[in-house]
Amino acid sequence: MTIAALNSNPAPAILPGSGGMRGALSDLFWRRPKLLLLLMLLPPVLWLGIVYIGSLFALLAQSFFSIDEFSGLINREFTLKTYGDLFQAANLDIILRTVTMAALVTLASAIVAFPIAYYAARYARGRWKALFYLGVMLPLWSSYLVKIYAWKLILAKEGILTWLLAKLNLLWLLDGWLSLPIVGGNSLSVSFTGTFIVFVYVWLPFMILPVQAALERVPGNLVEASFDLGASPGQTFRNVLFPLALPGIVAGSIFTFSLTLGDYIIPQIIGTSRLFIGQAVYSQQGTAGNIPLAAAFTVVPIVIMGFYLWGAKRMGAFDAL
Amino acid sequence: MRSDRGQCAPRGLKIAAACGLLFLHLPILLIFVYAFTTEEKSFVWPPPALTTQWFAVTWNRTDVWDALSLSVRVATISTAIALVLGTLCAAAVSQTRFFGRETISLLVILPIALPGIITGIALRSAFALADIPFSFWTIVLGHATFCVVVVYNNAVARFRRTSGSMIEASMDLGADGFQTFRHVVLPNIATALLAGGMLAFALSFDEVIVTTFTAGQQQTVPIWMLEELIRPRQRPVTNVVAMVVVLVTLLPILFAYYLTRDGDQIAGSGK
Repeated sequence: MTIAALNSNPAPAILPGSGGMRGALSDLFWRRPKLLLLLMLLPPVLWLGIVYIGSLFALLAQSFFSIDEFSGLINREFTLKTYGDLFQAANLDIILRTVTMAALVTLASAIVAFPIAYYAARYARGRWKALFYLGVMLPLWSSYLVKIYAWKLILAKEGILTWLLAKLNLLWLLDGWLSLPIVGGNSLSVSFTGTFIVFVYVWLPFMILPVQAALERVPGNLVEASFDLGASPGQTFRNVLFPLALPGIVAGSIFTFSLTLGDYIIPQIIGTSRLFIGQAVYSQQGTAGNIPLAAAFTVVPIVIMGFYLWGAKRMGAFDAL
Repeated sequence: MRSDRGQCAPRGLKIAAACGLLFLHLPILLIFVYAFTTEEKSFVWPPPALTTQWFAVTWNRTDVWDALSLSVRVATISTAIALVLGTLCAAAVSQTRFFGRETISLLVILPIALPGIITGIALRSAFALADIPFSFWTIVLGHATFCVVVVYNNAVARFRRTSGSMIEASMDLGADGFQTFRHVVLPNIATALLAGGMLAFALSFDEVIVTTFTAGQQQTVPIWMLEELIRPRQRPVTNVVAMVVVLVTLLPILFAYYLTRDGDQIAGSGK
């Protein structure tokens, strides 16, 4: 390999020393590797430290300010009043609704993702493997808004889904579902069902990839051994595959859960007028101008994700990332 | 080892996997059909008739071109910043061991691990506290921050596969640090950087959540789309722009995949 590499590279094997300023600098770095390390780390750490961590702390600090209800001005004194506001019944409703949605979306994506991941990990080879990989990667990277827009087209009352169900004489099913409380509505694009479908669609690739990575590491002969010992496919799944895939599922659920918690665009475009955490943050900082309450609201997903990540780490999910 | 080769998957699994993939792809294909529809007022299916006139209408819309130009400029500069910062960080983390190394990786990953709305509102409140007016650069500041991680991921994976003895050999042959970087390190990591850069560009081009907080009155393409989704003005133009956006983001992804497909880690697997 080395000979071929040398031959293909026309540069002379031994380069002349450069001397001068550049040489001196190079020698300095050689003698003091710590200095080089420091110089390499300084720009990214300064950027992320100041721009990102700085902003995060500025935000957290503001959640301890309060807003003057009469003048609408922000009172820059330490208080826990804003956190008191956060735990009003209406806001708790928003938090509960968002967490429930995030949990359901996570569960559904795990169920839809598993067969794709399992097929790609165990049966797809060569060209098919590449096809499966791209088949997950392209939807993952295609435009987030375009994906939501596509679902607006699909779920609209005059859209393709209604047309399809009418062709199949199944409209009664759709109407029956839409007349249900909570999950129903005027049409799918203004119901929680619609919001749920779009969430699952948009975050699904984030679940497939880690589950596939976890399943790739399951040796095929484990499954065969399970069959040889007389287990049914269902038993093999429950006792062998599922426990081994679990770290991958947990890793994927970090994404689906966290992304659902913070999203405010999907429920705004497809869904009811009842708010999710992201929308509450957005409207508090925008139209209401109540930055302290918006900041306090963002602490909720941070805390939930903190616990979630702590639990995930204990289950070994990070090795599957 | 490969005793499972040639084995056939159970039919139920095949069908479930195929349905899953169809579920992922059909909605995007639908966008392509709607770009040609003659219907202006609703999302009616099937399209009453097909036309290409909306491409011409879109071509003549200056607001679309302005948004596109802003998006491309922001994505280019954010990608450039992310390339420099991500490569430096990856080089430092993978070549040496030092105190706080884990913290640095966490720091890089945090901007995409936390929900985008938190990054967005944090930046916005920081701009408000520091009295920084919204401008081109406030958008870049946000985008570069979360683009660092994709470059970093790609570069770290490549550094891990590059053996340290190559660098030592270069030094033994008398190259100084800069020459080693130029002739040994850079050719080794070039395709990984190109792939990381492509992904960073696609990520920035598509980003909307952070941008709504840092853009003020300016419109990038996703912000333009969002406006159209909330307050539609001319639906067929939105259809055409949606189709173009799909094409513009897919090409860099395919190219990035092509560049890194032989590696043990393939670009984009952690958006």
